Amino acid sequence: MQFRVARNPGGMPMIVELGHFALVLALMVALVQALLPLWGAHRGNAALMAVAAPAAVVQFALLALSFGVLTWAFVVSDFSLAVVTANSHTLKPMLYKITGTWGNHEGSLLLWSLILALFGASAAWFGGNLPERLRARVIAVQGLIGVAFIAFLLFTSNPFWRLQTPPLDGNDLNPLLQDPGLAFHPPFLYLGYVGLSMAFSFAIAALIEGRVDAAWARWVRPWTLAAWIFLTIGIALGSWWAYYELGWGGFWFWDPVENASFMPWLLAAALLHSAIVVEKRESLKSWTILLAILAFGFSLIGTFIVRSGVITSVHSFASDPERGVFILGILAFFTGGGLVLYALRASAMEAKGLFGMVSRESALVLNNILLAVSAFVVFIGTIWPLISEIMMERVVSVGEPFFNAAFTPFFVALAVVLPAGAMLAWKRGDLSRALKGLIPVAALSVALALLVWAMQSGRSALGPIGVLLGAWVVLGALLDLWSRTGRGANRLSRLTRLPRADWGKASAHAGLGVLIFAVSAMHAWKVEVIRVAQLGETFALGQYDVTLKEVHDEQGPNYRTTMAEMVVTRAGAPVAVMYPEKRFYPVQAMPTTEAAIHQTALRDLYLVIGDAQQNGGWAVRGYLEPFAVWLWIGAGLMALGGLLSLTDRRYRVAAGARRPVAQGVPAE
Amino acid sequence: MIGFAAWRARTAPLVLTLALMAGPALAVQPDEMLADPALEARAREISRNIRCPVCQGESIDDSNAAISHDLRVIIRERLVAGDTDDEVVDFIVDRYGEFVLFNPRASGSNLILWLAGPAMLVLGGGIAFFAMRRREVAPLAALTAAEEARLKEILKD
Repeated sequence: MQFRVARNPGGMPMIVELGHFALVLALMVALVQALLPLWGAHRGNAALMAVAAPAAVVQFALLALSFGVLTWAFVVSDFSLAVVTANSHTLKPMLYKITGTWGNHEGSLLLWSLILALFGASAAWFGGNLPERLRARVIAVQGLIGVAFIAFLLFTSNPFWRLQTPPLDGNDLNPLLQDPGLAFHPPFLYLGYVGLSMAFSFAIAALIEGRVDAAWARWVRPWTLAAWIFLTIGIALGSWWAYYELGWGGFWFWDPVENASFMPWLLAAALLHSAIVVEKRESLKSWTILLAILAFGFSLIGTFIVRSGVITSVHSFASDPERGVFILGILAFFTGGGLVLYALRASAMEAKGLFGMVSRESALVLNNILLAVSAFVVFIGTIWPLISEIMMERVVSVGEPFFNAAFTPFFVALAVVLPAGAMLAWKRGDLSRALKGLIPVAALSVALALLVWAMQSGRSALGPIGVLLGAWVVLGALLDLWSRTGRGANRLSRLTRLPRADWGKASAHAGLGVLIFAVSAMHAWKVEVIRVAQLGETFALGQYDVTLKEVHDEQGPNYRTTMAEMVVTRAGAPVAVMYPEKRFYPVQAMPTTEAAIHQTALRDLYLVIGDAQQNGGWAVRGYLEPFAVWLWIGAGLMALGGLLSLTDRRYRVAAGARRPVAQGVPAE
Repeated sequence: MIGFAAWRARTAPLVLTLALMAGPALAVQPDEMLADPALEARAREISRNIRCPVCQGESIDDSNAAISHDLRVIIRERLVAGDTDDEVVDFIVDRYGEFVLFNPRASGSNLILWLAGPAMLVLGGGIAFFAMRRREVAPLAALTAAEEARLKEILKD
């Protein structure tokens, strides 16, 4: 850690230092938060354990101050800060000055630490009904993670570095990041990544204590659910951004950075489901603990992949290994330490609830296997270039074709078994009865798929298969919800009174079905036109006619833009007038495309203007993206399902109650 | 191959500055495209799976880099000359190395990559199956003689 004092043009020289000192202080508080309560819990010293909660709150307050100061430096464009100079510009719109705070390595890591502290403080605020010892240990483990990340910030990535001679203006933020979708993508993603630290802390605390029971699962599950919801929203925002910003309607690229967020999502989904089994049946305890460690471990692996540059190039990693090695150390300490502790203590978690080979429990085991194997496939595909180059000296790439081929089968299998598994009874289910109940669902799905097959006349089978699977999952989820209303009269009124968790399950599962349908539809039925259009020329895009009316230049706040006017008609009737743009950001000398999108429930019209051609006219691109809006609806339904489950009565009761919840809180 | 790796090492800083996200994908240009729709469709399919050698994870179909343009043109030239898809891909791999293949060849050490998922499924499924069978709810056992006697006693009352 070095401090440089520099002249400050802003006239308020101390503010940045305040933020810096708050960060240093937060490290000290995090150390206290980590060590004293752990020791206190070990010795049964209530006074030491009582340090945990206030320390967590103070750590959060200090980091909030520090983050506030950094945001302020971005807002007033304090170019005496290296990170502001590198990532901001006086002409940048205010929204992106603020969001630029986390649009860079240092600032985003500070945001990460702030969110980590927020979760620690939440355990202090809402953990009143936890047994004292468990609560102290959970908050302490959160503190320990905080120590690692704040140290990483201060020693390798300090956002409060000063420049000796501040420049007059900054280098601006990458124009691709100056976008509402991407502005709020990182905070959601971090809320998800870091939210999994709570599951991790609970798992470590349970391992130290040597006890896992239904009450433990009831505390862990809301945190995991919250993390999963945030990850879902964060990934969807990123995907949505890629869809409209990159200019050709792709929404998922199996890029290492995307995979880094997808792996924790898959494992969090597995953990959500296995925690249900612990909560309701007191089984799968040790596996659930392992998943909690792995889910957070993969969050850290994701951080390592994104921050170290190791996947971009082994050589760039080797040339500046400081940050990468530090994160690798954090990863090794927490994941490795967690796994060692697991190996030593997991045998203490004996299962209580037994179950048959055909039961809801075994279906959830299958769900967990498929999700975990999917995550593993994504993992090995992401790191294979690295392994292959280092160990086999064979330089290879792993991209979309591999993931499509190797990942999809497991997800298809998941979708196939989901409706039947979700309807099996606990402990001992009757598969043939569940399947019999699903016959109408299967029949309807097959009928829909056949109808689509007939309508699309001779194109690939992907579309109809997507319809089949999507309908099977959506209708299966609806049938599952309906079957909860029992028999006899008044089923409709009983439907409205079902617990929110039931609605949440139906919504999340239906969302998955919608997503499967939308992904296959967009792959199967996309229409693309790439061509040169003269001014006034009309060209066909599917059943639409697109006319390039005119093209003109405009000046934006910090960019120049070339804007086209395109008129879309269908069989002579006007559909839309669309204005695709091509922008140029002079500070970073970077062009971006701003596609024009006209959206309906059935399709997106997606128009892009390209370069002027030598012989006159413009390169234009047009896409018909079938059912694109259903991608976001599907993701939204999944997040909504999580939210409904999270607000289910049993968690609200559990969160509010000071007295032990039924089913036995360990009597300390 | 060695020359290529060394070259890539030199361009690494450049790659890093371009990093984070792909640029605006204007990619394949109208003037590059072939008049024959069947050939053009094959060219697109091939170029979708060829990695731009200087970009961050972009295919040459999506990339604006000059080398991607050259590769797209080469692919179309080879196709027009009558090469099969495989021959075109081999032609490019011979010059730029296996690195440009987004679909790693299932041969040699890459088999580990391709088989890892299924192997994990078999392993995980196997462990789960045996663990569940060991712990399965015991089927209701027939009553022992002593229990039978006690039951009769109870029923007598």
